[in-house]
Amino acid sequence: MTRPIIELRNVHKYYGDYHALRGITADIGAGEFFSLLGPSGCGKTTLLRAIAGFEDISSGAILIDHREMEGVPPNKRPTNMVFQSYAIFPHLSVAQNVGFGLRRSPMSGEEKRKAVAEALEMVGLGGYGARAAHALSGGQRQRVALARALILKPKVLLLDEPLSALDKKMREQMQHELRRLQRQVGITFILVTHDQEEALIMSDRIAVMFEGSVAQLTDPQTLYRRPATRRVGEFIGMMNFLPAKLSGETSGGAMVEVAGLGTAELLSDQIPEGRAREGSIGVRPESLTILHEGQTAPREANAEVVERTYYGDMTYYDVRPEGVDGTVSVSMRNMPGRRVSEPGERVRLAWDPAAMVFFP
Amino acid sequence: MTGKRVLTAYAVLYLLFLYAPIVLLPLFAFNDGTVIAFPLRGFTLEWFEELTRTAALHQATLNSLVIASSTSVLATCLGMFAARAGARFRFPGKGGILGFIMLPLVLPEIIVAISLLVVLLQLGLSLSIWTVVAGHVLICTPFAVAILNGSFAGLDRSLEEAAVDLGETPLSTFRLVTLPLVTPGIVASLLICFTISLDEFIIAFFLSGNQPTLPVYLWSQLRFPGRLPIIFALGTILVCLSVGLLVAAEIFRRRGLRKAGLKDTGGFL
Ligand SMILES: Nc1ncnc2c1ncn2[C@@H]1O[C@H](COP(=O)(O)OP(=O)(O)OP(=O)(O)O)[C@@H](O)[C@H]1O
Ligand SMILES: [Mg+2]
Repeated sequence: MTRPIIELRNVHKYYGDYHALRGITADIGAGEFFSLLGPSGCGKTTLLRAIAGFEDISSGAILIDHREMEGVPPNKRPTNMVFQSYAIFPHLSVAQNVGFGLRRSPMSGEEKRKAVAEALEMVGLGGYGARAAHALSGGQRQRVALARALILKPKVLLLDEPLSALDKKMREQMQHELRRLQRQVGITFILVTHDQEEALIMSDRIAVMFEGSVAQLTDPQTLYRRPATRRVGEFIGMMNFLPAKLSGETSGGAMVEVAGLGTAELLSDQIPEGRAREGSIGVRPESLTILHEGQTAPREANAEVVERTYYGDMTYYDVRPEGVDGTVSVSMRNMPGRRVSEPGERVRLAWDPAAMVFFP
Repeated sequence: MTGKRVLTAYAVLYLLFLYAPIVLLPLFAFNDGTVIAFPLRGFTLEWFEELTRTAALHQATLNSLVIASSTSVLATCLGMFAARAGARFRFPGKGGILGFIMLPLVLPEIIVAISLLVVLLQLGLSLSIWTVVAGHVLICTPFAVAILNGSFAGLDRSLEEAAVDLGETPLSTFRLVTLPLVTPGIVASLLICFTISLDEFIIAFFLSGNQPTLPVYLWSQLRFPGRLPIIFALGTILVCLSVGLLVAAEIFRRRGLRKAGLKDTGGFL
């Protein structure tokens, strides 16, 4: 991470008796695309609004650019926000909306007009300035809201689920455009989302929140490969859990005995929540492989196919390893010449301890 | 089919009953004769000219205009506070308080008038146009609240937050964002309160003392049969004015909704 632009220090927020933020501590780097990801009601919006200055925090501190923000109202903070509803002023034109924040700037009228035109150009709405704001589509509103916030060149742009009101195709397009825009302007973006895929696609780093606390804060790849808690693993993508026992310690970690698969060594970063004798290992469906005839792997286990779902490019299997009650899901890319296994078939499963995480 | 015909006949009769007396107003206002009876005699503007010569009438008109203007401004301001509070804030007893504000809408006016008279006399205040204003504000505020509720409740809170976020103070936000979006509602409320106050009789009758309003003056002239056509002429003017103001109010209200891109959820017309 680069120099921190936002420092959150043990931020707590109470709504009456309700403890909405429970000691959030995080540094957000300058120029970073940072996401707050979590299920509904976990406090993402509350945290974003606290950074913007719309909510007072109960204790702790928020620093923006090393300046304590306590008592600084939203209009005096170097942040701008893109609201979930976009909050486009319906009585103003597109250009007046985009230029709204320049009202107090010392720029001349001509300079302002140029800045508005540039901002509209940047979000792909060049020439739309004279349109009435209420005559815009959802995607266009979103772009106007972006231009309106970015024209002020804030240190931090806050986005509260900006894509949730768009249809799937538009959303995917905007995900890429937002990312491109962020790289282009180099402003720190903080994105609130409950869509884990969106967070993985767009972010430099992600803070996963549950019930007002940050459960894990890291880059997308680490988040996916090494979830810090079982709950994070379940929330991000799909994860299988198999009963497991930690046996002896080794120099780099510990030996683990996974039900239905076998014994192998885990490194200490694969035991994020500390050691316990009994627990479970988490493993992603694509980290397990069904071996075809003649193929071998360093670690194999016997299993039975219970169910299969064919998707064209992929096949998803539910398989039951020998000696285990439940099933695990395995995803396989469909290669030419590779047969799809059928329910009831006995197969050999290849597994790799490097792709596993142990949770107590 | 007969059912439909019966319904149509019913509607026509209903409208006749409702509006025929009002149609009689201009008919006799322009009729050249002091007796209110058919057949009509001939066309004259005499009664309207007579209106311009009656000094007491001019004083009553002035009283009415002052009362109606003051009432509409005061009631609309109070209505704005109530509507804004109702739309924005949660506070204990909110439902009850808002209900109390709306209550004069259904209270019999004569009860309101008599109670106010008793209270004013107890307080030792003398009756004047300002006591009428007080009474009219009481009965107009619920209308103002009802109209402005729509404007304020339909206002997305994040619009104001966005303005603050873009550097405006709460005060300039109100001026630049809130006010333009609720202006049509405010204009509609002003016009409707003005109309209600202008037409109101009972409260004005009890509280105006020796400063009669137009309706009170009209009523006092009913004792003189010879002046009946003048009353009809005056009534004609009042009806036209009221209808004009109400139509204007509704136009403003609808334009406001369109401007804010909102759906129409009611109104008075
Ligand atoms: N003004 C408020 N008064 C009382 N409780 C509130 C208030 N605002 C939010 N909350 C509560 O705080 C919790 C966190 O709310 P928040 O809006 O931050 O959630 P979120 O993570 O943004 O959820 P979502 O994904 O649904 O938007 C919720 O349980 C919510 O009910
Ligand atoms: Mg939210």
